[in-house]
Amino acid sequence: MGALRQIAFYGKGGIGKSTTSQNTLAALAEMGQKILIVGCDPKADSTRLILHAKAQDTVLSLAAEAGSVEDLEIEDVLKFGYRDIKCAESGGPEPGVGCAGRGVITAINFLEENGAYEGMDYVSYDVLGDVVCGGFAMPIRENKAQEIYIVMSGEMMAMYAANNIAKGILKYANAGGVRLGGLVCNERQTDKELELAEALAKKLNTTLIHFVPRDNIVQHAELRRMTVLEYAPDSKQAEEYRQLAQKIHANAGKGTIPTPITMDELEDMLLEFGIIEAVDESIVGKAAVAA
Amino acid sequence: MSQNAEHIVDHFDLFKQPDYQDMFKNKQQCFENRVPEIEVEKGQEWSKSWEYREINFKREALSINPDKACQPLGAVFAAAGFEGTLPFVHGSQGCVAYFRTHFNRHFKEPSSCVSSSMTEDAAVFGGLNNMVDGLANAYALYKPKMIAVCTTCMAEVIGDDLDSFIKTAKQKGSVPETFDVPFAHTPSFVGSHVTGYDNMMKGILTHFWEGGQRKENGKLNFIGGFDGYTVGNLREIKRLLGLMGVDYTVLGDGSDVWDTPTDGEFRMYDGGTRLDETRDALNARATLSMQAFSTDKTLAYIKEKGQEVVALNCPIGVNGTDRFLMEVSRLTGKPIPDELKKERGRLVDAIGDSLSYLHGKKFAINGDPDFCLGMAGFLLELGAEPVHIVCTNGNKDWQAKMQAVLDASPFGKGGKAWAGKDLWHMRSLLFTEPVDFLIGNSYSKYLERDTKTPMIHIGFPVHDRHHHHRYPIWGYQGALNVLVWILDRIMLELDRNSSDIGKTDFSYDLVR
Repeated sequence: MGALRQIAFYGKGGIGKSTTSQNTLAALAEMGQKILIVGCDPKADSTRLILHAKAQDTVLSLAAEAGSVEDLEIEDVLKFGYRDIKCAESGGPEPGVGCAGRGVITAINFLEENGAYEGMDYVSYDVLGDVVCGGFAMPIRENKAQEIYIVMSGEMMAMYAANNIAKGILKYANAGGVRLGGLVCNERQTDKELELAEALAKKLNTTLIHFVPRDNIVQHAELRRMTVLEYAPDSKQAEEYRQLAQKIHANAGKGTIPTPITMDELEDMLLEFGIIEAVDESIVGKAAVAA
Repeated sequence: MSQNAEHIVDHFDLFKQPDYQDMFKNKQQCFENRVPEIEVEKGQEWSKSWEYREINFKREALSINPDKACQPLGAVFAAAGFEGTLPFVHGSQGCVAYFRTHFNRHFKEPSSCVSSSMTEDAAVFGGLNNMVDGLANAYALYKPKMIAVCTTCMAEVIGDDLDSFIKTAKQKGSVPETFDVPFAHTPSFVGSHVTGYDNMMKGILTHFWEGGQRKENGKLNFIGGFDGYTVGNLREIKRLLGLMGVDYTVLGDGSDVWDTPTDGEFRMYDGGTRLDETRDALNARATLSMQAFSTDKTLAYIKEKGQEVVALNCPIGVNGTDRFLMEVSRLTGKPIPDELKKERGRLVDAIGDSLSYLHGKKFAINGDPDFCLGMAGFLLELGAEPVHIVCTNGNKDWQAKMQAVLDASPFGKGGKAWAGKDLWHMRSLLFTEPVDFLIGNSYSKYLERDTKTPMIHIGFPVHDRHHHHRYPIWGYQGALNVLVWILDRIMLELDRNSSDIGKTDFSYDLVR
């Protein structure tokens, strides 16, 4: 076994981050890699396809039951799924209360201190939507994830989120070792999606590491709480995830320091590709009557 | 009113005078809407019962007088033990004011420690600017040789990352690139001050040792752990190691910082483990920690680096000191000199002289995990009976270890170790199963007041007995000190119980 490789998947909510990460990690497991998934989302759905479960008991829910994190045993929070992939979910508060970011810090510290990382080839963090506070940047800290993969699509808000995440990475990359590993485009069949994704990747000083085409088989597998790799190992889509896994595996140490762009630059880019039209500034903020 | 400038009366006396007394009474009757006295008394009586104790021990969501402080307090203590080191707390200012007063009152010394003064805007935008400005100011104003950074809960909740903040601050020129800024994340809501000590000690060693190549040099490292008696204890340990001719490094030597002389010169930093020695400590043959629960992660780290580690549990008394000296002798190959054998003999003699006053006396103890283990161990060898041992910051391992110590001695039968319980639990224990004496820190005095259990002030913090921290509790000399403190209280109690003329003064002897 070589040195422990730590990676993280970030991206806008609903972009298919957990689906992409679980399928890719399943493909890595197929390659014989020993993998730990750390779900960093209060929704706790980062491991359901691997475990065939609705949602795993989370570190924080178990800690709340036991009284405190100090009363937890590592065996309680780790589950084994497809191809012995180890799974843990940080969990967190109900929407609207508490601090989910702190939950991520607490959970990762607990896992690390209690030996969950020992004997692993890969630790993969699956982080919710946006890097909204320091807690969600925990996987980017020094000696955590070496490369971040941003899952996005050709939709404007997904690209906006990708750019924001790049800003978060940059904050840590200057002082530390974290790098942007690349963009993963999850096809939404928007106009000129591939070209846009490649252009954004270039602007962010990274590469589009893979373009995952849309295929309904992913939904079929999801309904059965399975990855495509397990549900239909011979399918074309499974092959796509295998390619992505290969690329990520070969990408060790090749990450870059991102160069996030401004909102204006992002809009200019969309203009350039004809995704949005130039706004007539004279009509902005004018009600129908006045116009 | 009766206060006048010519003769200022202290508030204790002032408030006893009739005009104040009337005022208090009037306020109670007119404004306080008090529960009738008889109801209060009834409630108080009920709180002494077994019934109440059982309800009290079922408490889940509430702590009452937990006997512990928070992580950064321990981290500041650990950091202060290094040469020219300014402890820097990243977080809100009030926390640091608390750490400083706590140390002031215990050690009767100023406590040099700064904060990054995070306010609401820092909570929203993150504390990076506070770190950048704070390090620059602290470096320029207080000219330390090292700044050791820890955190309060505020910085931890918003997820500030010390590693990247410190690197960024260095890039921005707050302190020179080569200036030593070790750090430790010390969330106050996890563990206690002993955890914070552990994290900071590990943080400092990691800072100096990472990337270094270990070449064993046969020396011994010594770590005291979080210790309110560090002034007396470390000086005593250095004397013992000196007598044995051991080549050693004390890691985290705060004995001079917390006891600076008054000779006209203010010492912001005094003594402390030299930074080059700290770096070189990687090469030692072994590290000995006096407090295992205070150095858990530190020792694991040191072991990982290839050293042998020995962990004791605040050894107090004959057996404890024997074990310590024999471990030092085993690790270094140096024999234990005759002088120490004599000291041991003198201690045994002293214990023998007083044994009839100690034998069978029942004790309750509260304090830090290792202290409880060491103190109970000493009581057992005195033939005294530790009955209730309450350790708020003790974990399951501590409880098992403590219970095993009690169960292994005939004097420990019936004794029970209580991990995670607070001083309000202890109150119930003392009412339902009374003991003769209570050993604890200053906060235990309210238990003495409520339960009338005579108390001996030993532990941290002790704010209301001056200068005990200057005396060791480790080594044969230290055990003698502890023995004297216990006996003083026993004798005082004897006198109090036999001083009614014609009623309780049955003996005509000077003592009983």
